Amino acid sequence: MKFTRMTRSLAVVMTGALALGGLAACNRDGGTASSSKGTVVLAVSTQTNPFFVQLANGAKAEAKAKGVDLKIQDASDDPATQANQISNAISTQAKVVIVNPTDSDAIAPSVKSLNKAKIPVIAVDRGPSSGDVASFIASDNVAGGRQAAKELAQQMGDKGEVIHLQGTPGTSSSRDRGKGFTEEIAKHTNIKVVAKQTANFDRSKALDVSTNLVQAHGGVTGLFAENDEMAIGAVSALGSKAGKSVKVVGFDGTADGFKAVAAGTMAATVAQQPTELGKTAVDQAADILAGKKVAATTPIKVITVTKDNVKDYQ
Amino acid sequence: MTSAVSAPTRPSPMARFGHWALNHGALVGLIVLCIALFIATPNFLTVSNIINVGIQTAVVAILAFGMTFVIITAGIDLSVGSLAAFSAMVSAWTFTSASMPGWLTLVIGLLAGLLAGAASGLAIAYAKLPAFIATLAMMSVARGLTLVISDGTPIPTAGAVNWLGEDLGPIPVPVIMMALAGVACWFILSRTVLGRSLYAIGGNPEAARLSGLPVKHILVVVYALSGLFAGLAGLVLAGRLSSAQPQAGVSYEMDAIAAVVIGGASLAGGAGKASGTFIGAILLAVIRNGLNILNVSSFWQQVVIGCVIAVAVGFDVFRTRKES
Repeated sequence: MKFTRMTRSLAVVMTGALALGGLAACNRDGGTASSSKGTVVLAVSTQTNPFFVQLANGAKAEAKAKGVDLKIQDASDDPATQANQISNAISTQAKVVIVNPTDSDAIAPSVKSLNKAKIPVIAVDRGPSSGDVASFIASDNVAGGRQAAKELAQQMGDKGEVIHLQGTPGTSSSRDRGKGFTEEIAKHTNIKVVAKQTANFDRSKALDVSTNLVQAHGGVTGLFAENDEMAIGAVSALGSKAGKSVKVVGFDGTADGFKAVAAGTMAATVAQQPTELGKTAVDQAADILAGKKVAATTPIKVITVTKDNVKDYQ
Repeated sequence: MTSAVSAPTRPSPMARFGHWALNHGALVGLIVLCIALFIATPNFLTVSNIINVGIQTAVVAILAFGMTFVIITAGIDLSVGSLAAFSAMVSAWTFTSASMPGWLTLVIGLLAGLLAGAASGLAIAYAKLPAFIATLAMMSVARGLTLVISDGTPIPTAGAVNWLGEDLGPIPVPVIMMALAGVACWFILSRTVLGRSLYAIGGNPEAARLSGLPVKHILVVVYALSGLFAGLAGLVLAGRLSSAQPQAGVSYEMDAIAAVVIGGASLAGGAGKASGTFIGAILLAVIRNGLNILNVSSFWQQVVIGCVIAVAVGFDVFRTRKES
């Protein structure tokens, strides 16, 4: 009797382990298409932000088209997890690693270990602050911030008060977009930035932060959010004011962002082309695998999208 | 094995193995998992990957060793992830802004963790705040201070701190630090009066107080220890990334708690071992590493880890019920 109970409990443990194995088996790609050429690992910063989901999807589609064996790792925005994933990629002998860093400084030691292991590195969207990369592919965030400021100033009639919603503190994208925006908006002397607050690139957080800021500054006529998710959160907070008395400019060009621009609740978004970022990265990885030379930096254009041209991007 | 049967026969080897397995559920699970992963992918049992697992276990294991003290006293420390970030940030700040020597910034980082932990302990022992609330408050305060000090941007750390992320000959320093923390945890728990008294407090705080144990002092020391271990974990993490990150260690307290619980400790207090915690931490790291190598999405990883925690604790409850 005792014995059977024991066997049962052991069975529980075994079943758990088997479930793990089974799950793993389901999830494995039948990626044998180009195992002769080796695997390419894409270490992406997060898959809970539409922008990076599109980046990964662009990479996936291109890998399929080119027959590249691509493995995607998601760090859930934690630099330590990303470091772990890259050391795993080294020990599984990836041939090329495409990295979309969670943070430029934190990724540097990982890039150096990749250099030591002689695995070519392609950086996407953010670059490492040190270490060697074969290629760097990114949107120009500073220029994008400037474009956002120009568009917002023009739509506000070159005067009024502005709220600036910042992204996650410490991310280079937040720093660069903020820098471009701040420098450019300062040239418009009749426009005043009355509040700068972070909402961590997050829609629900932006809803709360904007609600509070609009309470404090009832007279604002413009709002710049460092990404579309926050801009959409701000639009919800502004309610009927959005698009009428308050012009909201976002950044990224996510599907929801374009929808809001088309609906007129957002005045504009500075569109990056995340699908293009992912696609270009895989193209260059394929070139490296084929022994071709790749450009050291590939800037991907950012485009100011308003109601006039949103149809071309949706 | 409390066999109420007066059977004179020795239990069969199979039954004895079953009994051993039952008492070492997490270890059996770990071994089975390793075998399954080895069958699933040839890349799992390579030297470089075993070293990877070691490094990837280190930070959570160090946090979990500190958490073990707390959980044995029937407490909980939700602040350890934030304290890890806070200690590293204080250390980085003294290095860049006050340009202190590297070894001193390391010591100051550890002290920052110790003091913040002691503050939680004081609030719990003397202000009678529930541990859950006091450490929840500390979690928010420490994260906030980390952002204030850093202004939200990562700060480079001193060479002495970065050394914590490097290798000493063939062995990675994070693994050495994990071993030191583990030995310290084992030694305190099983070889000191303080350690023995933790079990007494967790088992029955009233009885412990009546038998003359300085319960309040001990609680302050326990949370200070947890803070000190969190400080070490934070510095190791910063060393691995050559910088103190404002958002480092977010939600790591959950991994630490999970490791301790998988290792057989009870949240009701009075039970827990350094070795169990270590196995729990390795189990979590192996799951992550294995699923990573197998290219399972991080979303599924979370599902699997949740199931493992539930199974491990369910198993433990089943075992204790059998024993009583």
